[in-house]
Amino acid sequence: MPDDVGSRESAGRAAGGPSRRQVLGRGALLGAATVGAGVAAQAEAARAATAPPVREETLAAEPVEISLRVNGRERTLSVEPRTTLLDALRERLGLTGTKKGCDQGACGACTVLVDGRRVNSCLTLAVMRRDAEITTIEGLAKGDELHPVQRAFLECDAFQCGYCTSGQIMSAAALIEEGHAGSPGEVREWMSGNICRCGAYPNIVAAVRQAAGGGAR
Amino acid sequence: MRPFSYTTVSSVRSAVLQVSPDPKAQYVAGATEVLNLVREGQIAADRLVDIRALPLTSIRAGADGLHIGALARHVENHPVVRRDYPVLAQALLAGASPQVRNMFTPGGNLLQRTRCSYYRDVSFACNRREPGSGCGALEGNNRYNAIFGGSDHCIAVHPSDLAVALTALDAVARTQGPAGARAIPIEELHRLPGEEPHRETVLEHGELITGIDVPASRFAARSHYLKIRDRASFAFALVSVAVAVDVRRGVVRDCRIALGGVAPRPWRARAAEAALTGKPLNEASRRAAGKAAASGAVPRRHNRFKVAMVERAVARALSEVED
Ligand SMILES: Cc1cc2nc3c(=O)[nH]c(=O)nc-3n(C[C@H](O)[C@H](O)[C@H](O)COP(=O)(O)OP(=O)(O)OC[C@H]3O[C@@H](n4cnc5c(N)ncnc54)[C@H](O)[C@@H]3O)c2cc1C
Ligand code: SF4
Ligand code: FES
Ligand code: FES
Repeated sequence: MPDDVGSRESAGRAAGGPSRRQVLGRGALLGAATVGAGVAAQAEAARAATAPPVREETLAAEPVEISLRVNGRERTLSVEPRTTLLDALRERLGLTGTKKGCDQGACGACTVLVDGRRVNSCLTLAVMRRDAEITTIEGLAKGDELHPVQRAFLECDAFQCGYCTSGQIMSAAALIEEGHAGSPGEVREWMSGNICRCGAYPNIVAAVRQAAGGGAR
Repeated sequence: MRPFSYTTVSSVRSAVLQVSPDPKAQYVAGATEVLNLVREGQIAADRLVDIRALPLTSIRAGADGLHIGALARHVENHPVVRRDYPVLAQALLAGASPQVRNMFTPGGNLLQRTRCSYYRDVSFACNRREPGSGCGALEGNNRYNAIFGGSDHCIAVHPSDLAVALTALDAVARTQGPAGARAIPIEELHRLPGEEPHRETVLEHGELITGIDVPASRFAARSHYLKIRDRASFAFALVSVAVAVDVRRGVVRDCRIALGGVAPRPWRARAAEAALTGKPLNEASRRAAGKAAASGAVPRRHNRFKVAMVERAVARALSEVED
């Protein structure tokens, strides 16, 4: 169940002072299609170099306005501290490409990239990701040009119902950047966090191998 | 999910000051466990205190051993860990999924709760979650439950793979509480359930794990983690085994054998260690160690298979560290 998050109008609580986003000014550093582990490492290094001492702050258990950087755009939204990143993306920002399967980390349908690394958006809070670069399935293509993983999923028929697919694609994009697409066996192990109830696994493995340029076998 | 407030802290001292006096406050690190527990209602937190900004992220390797900060990331990728403490890297890689591993922290991993399905589903009786309510697993589906260390009140299994590997390496958790710092052997971090299964660990409320120390040893480099599960990957252990051996001139001088998936805490198989010590490492000694590891097991209706599985898993794990 999505949390009962407040509307923008009801957002209470002035945070006061510059946000970490403003302090860090990392927007210029990173583009929308940052899926690379290398990029993630750079982002981390940049943050380590520029990070001010973290502010001690308390957000009350009520709606608060925050900003998130999603697919290269700064978005302002109202959440509660308990709102997961998944619910913030889907219910607040209308980015429903990211799916909710189990809501407990067990299926991978909610996989997004945070600073280039794949995570389960159901297992993290929106307020914990205020200084991160978030990439969802909506931000993977470059304009009309599909990401190689998206193209390979189409060409290899790597889905049936499609419910798990956006999570599979986000996970696969990260896996390739991590260098874990060396063999079908390696792909199976490193895609294990993404469950497909339709059992499209053989075609998913083929698609990931194809996108990685390794051939289907 | 119940509403809670959210606090960020920048020092160990202020973290402890925030959580210790407030019974409804909980630390959050990777959040991969605590969010599930708050959502389902196993823990009643009104306040989460985010410790991710604390300076506890380092991994230091030296002549005296290894120090792992409570918030260290991807310990399994550290070159010294891979070379000198292989059981540790293998156990971490065998746990959870790539996504969860991108978020979780060593401290949170040690303090994850049991996966007993009656504990996780709040509509069932569970002494661990609700003292005195009964135990759904004792007479229920106890396939995943304990064969060692349980009581008539609880037969939960602690699910951490990392803790099993750390137990085989004599590791200790460093903590900071309101009363000061202390070191707790990983093996003793979790209490056996006895009559009070709801008292899960020896930590005081608000006591923060700051890091983990793994002492240098003659057995760490020759070590292995074997995890047996219902599917090839992304599943909790039915049985797991961490072995570490010091073999000199063909004889096992010292060894550690720890089991996962079978007890409410990582389970040192001391009888198996004794059976192996002083022997050459060969098929006969491996089998004898396996038999000894399974001795004293108290299986339940649906988990008798774990006894034979322990015997064979120990023997197989030892075959991996044979020359
Ligand atoms: C689908 C799924 C599959 C999984 N499979 C496995 C598996 O196969 N093997 C395995 O070992 N694990 C597995 N896990 C568990 C996973 O490893 C844990 O959820 C994770 O390690 C918890 O770490 P965290 O940093 O996210 O903890 P959090 O969720 O942030 O915290 C967990 C608990 O620890 C407390 N805490 C956290 N850090 C500290 C600290 N430094 N000091 C004191 N208290 C602290 C919190 O208050 C909370 O009570 C799985 C999890 C999921 C969701
Ligand atoms: S075994 Fe322990 S955790 Fe499981 S239902 Fe019984 S009391 Fe609860
Ligand atoms: S919805 Fe997040 S892993 Fe299933
Ligand atoms: S395509 Fe239906 S769940 Fe994967």
